[in-house]
Amino acid sequence: MALPELNQTATQARLSSLSQPEGGCLAGARHAALSRVQTTGLPGRRDEYWKYTQPDTLVQAVAPEASVFHHDEEPMFGGFDRLKIVFVDGVFDESASDDLELEGVRIDRISDISNQDIHWAKDLYGVLEARGQSPVARPLAALNTAFAREGVAIHVTGKPSKPINLIYMHKSEKSDVMLHHVIRVDPGASATILENGPAASRFNKCTEIDIADGASLHLICAQGRDHERRAATHMFARLGKETTFKSFTLTVNGVLTRNETVVELLGDNAVAHVSGACVGDGDFHHDDTVFVTHDAVNCESRQVFKKVLRNGATGVFQGKILVKNKAQKTDGYQISQALMLDDDSQFLAKPELEIYADDVVCSHGSTSGAIDENALFYLRSRGIPNDAATDLLTLAFLGEAVDEIEDQEIATDIVERLENWLIRRR
Amino acid sequence: MLNINNLHVQLEEEDKQILKGVNLTVEPGKVHAIMGPNGSGKSTLSYVLSGKGGYEVTEGSATLDGQDLLEQEAEERAAAGLFLAFQYPVEIPGVGNMTFLRTAVNAQRKARGEDELSAAEFLKEVRAQAKSLKIDAEMLKRPVNVGFSGGEKKRNEILQMAMLQPKMCILDETDSGLDVDAMKLVAEGVNALRSENRGFLVITHYQRLLDHIKPDVVHIMANGRIVKTGGPELALEVENNGYADILAEVE
Ligand SMILES: Nc1ncnc2c1ncn2[C@@H]1O[C@H](COP(=O)(O)OP(=O)(O)OP(=O)(O)O)[C@@H](O)[C@H]1O
Ligand SMILES: [Mg+2]
Repeated sequence: MALPELNQTATQARLSSLSQPEGGCLAGARHAALSRVQTTGLPGRRDEYWKYTQPDTLVQAVAPEASVFHHDEEPMFGGFDRLKIVFVDGVFDESASDDLELEGVRIDRISDISNQDIHWAKDLYGVLEARGQSPVARPLAALNTAFAREGVAIHVTGKPSKPINLIYMHKSEKSDVMLHHVIRVDPGASATILENGPAASRFNKCTEIDIADGASLHLICAQGRDHERRAATHMFARLGKETTFKSFTLTVNGVLTRNETVVELLGDNAVAHVSGACVGDGDFHHDDTVFVTHDAVNCESRQVFKKVLRNGATGVFQGKILVKNKAQKTDGYQISQALMLDDDSQFLAKPELEIYADDVVCSHGSTSGAIDENALFYLRSRGIPNDAATDLLTLAFLGEAVDEIEDQEIATDIVERLENWLIRRR
Repeated sequence: MLNINNLHVQLEEEDKQILKGVNLTVEPGKVHAIMGPNGSGKSTLSYVLSGKGGYEVTEGSATLDGQDLLEQEAEERAAAGLFLAFQYPVEIPGVGNMTFLRTAVNAQRKARGEDELSAAEFLKEVRAQAKSLKIDAEMLKRPVNVGFSGGEKKRNEILQMAMLQPKMCILDETDSGLDVDAMKLVAEGVNALRSENRGFLVITHYQRLLDHIKPDVVHIMANGRIVKTGGPELALEVENNGYADILAEVE
């Protein structure tokens, strides 16, 4: 099918602004990804999948500038023992990073992989992304596969004693960054990966995750506090038998965020929880687009997304649960909710279920609303001032998403940060 | 201490007059009861006094210890010592009962310029109070009123009252939904708070509660007004004969 001319022009403009890394073992994957982009074209305003989010600034050849936000809040995860891997405007910062040696895990830079022929990474890079192109195209992810030069390959072989923390610093107003990560968790192994920081003025991140039988992976990501930054992220996860995958994303501010998550439950008894909490105001636009496919027996999936919007902010949720015909005993749950702190904000949601198996429990719900006046009055009648009562109810609203975080310390820390965000807006 | 003078209230949304000139004074140390047919305006009075939105005061006044209540925000009235035990306590998912109680106690202390209670002090106090109301520790951990039975919600109201130590307590049908034993517990909770500088306004439909909480004064409210005031015997009369005679008499 021929692309609409507009898309084609935009796609060509973007492609001609980029150059692919040359040679190495990922070259084939990169070339294949490039032809995927050329076939589908980059997202345009007319694309159904981009109905609620304007892709223009994510696609255009030159990224809009975004000022670097300075604040005095403690860096995220600062109090935790972790292995730090630091990228500054997308460039690996060796001196700020820890030694990449840690028992139970092997970490390589994508830029090194190319020359080393590491089999598992080569077998994963671009593979899940390519699978994730149907039934809906995700051209920004293919673009990433084709052009990203940096990122990490994390091979979890055991149970590393501490989490791996990818830190994305934003220092240049003109930074336009792509990072591509591949993560493989071996049978029975488990790890926690933390990510934080705005990364760049425009950030395109693609993460491919392969979780082998009996393995588990926890991901907690905080996307920084920079108001003007833009991000399009993709996460593709493939789950084997008896696996657990949990991902939580915190988004505070940011002018444009599109987080796409694609999960395939391919082994029986797998569990996938994908959750997110976001708070934003003004020109904040936040889009969670999730596609969960059940293709094995007795799997559980949960999608929990909560958005607090004020002063004209926009929240988007597109979430789908696809249950294939052999996926009996599927337990699928999806909830997306927005809390509007004023009348100017909007929430656009498209929850979908598509079920081909008969022995399935699936539920989905999507709501948007204001603070419950009765609850607010009840709290105030006990002497809790209006602001504090509103914050208490707002945090309670976010609670179901934050509760998805297993580590209590991290959850508490995140609640505090959310509370501070609210307090700064009183 | 509580002075309500010719209070007229209508709904903000529609032109509907609900309170049509309520006059009522509760002195410190006294227990006043209000009885009256369904829809006569008892809960509306309690809401208006405690600062709920949606009502418009068109005439009259209400003061607590000489301070104009109607000018104050709900939280200011609470800090000034006013407490309403709700007829229908509100469920608040996601807010722990304990967090709620501690936030409320400390917010009021702060508003009054007192030191906040430490976590340990608070815990000790709340445990003692909960024990005497037979509220178990598990209920304290749960979200506010969520999944509580009708009677548990009412006991939770009294727990809040005991923790907040208000000056002026309004109890709106706290007895409804309580079993016989729970009613005794609640009454004991209330009686334990009775003191010479604390006033009570107890809204109820039944003499039962007033057997346990002996009122000094009983008012009958009908159609937005206090139509009759008397001693405890008035409640007995209602219990025996209903409102028909009283209403006919005042017509
Ligand atoms: N927000 C509202 N909207 C419409 N009508 C209202 C509202 N609040 C109160 N009313 C009406 O005002 C009248 C008084 O209500 P209120 O709840 O004060 O009565 P009550 O004396 O407490 O009754 P009950 O004994 O049944 O609790 C009723 O007719 C009620 O329907
Ligand atoms: Mg009532």
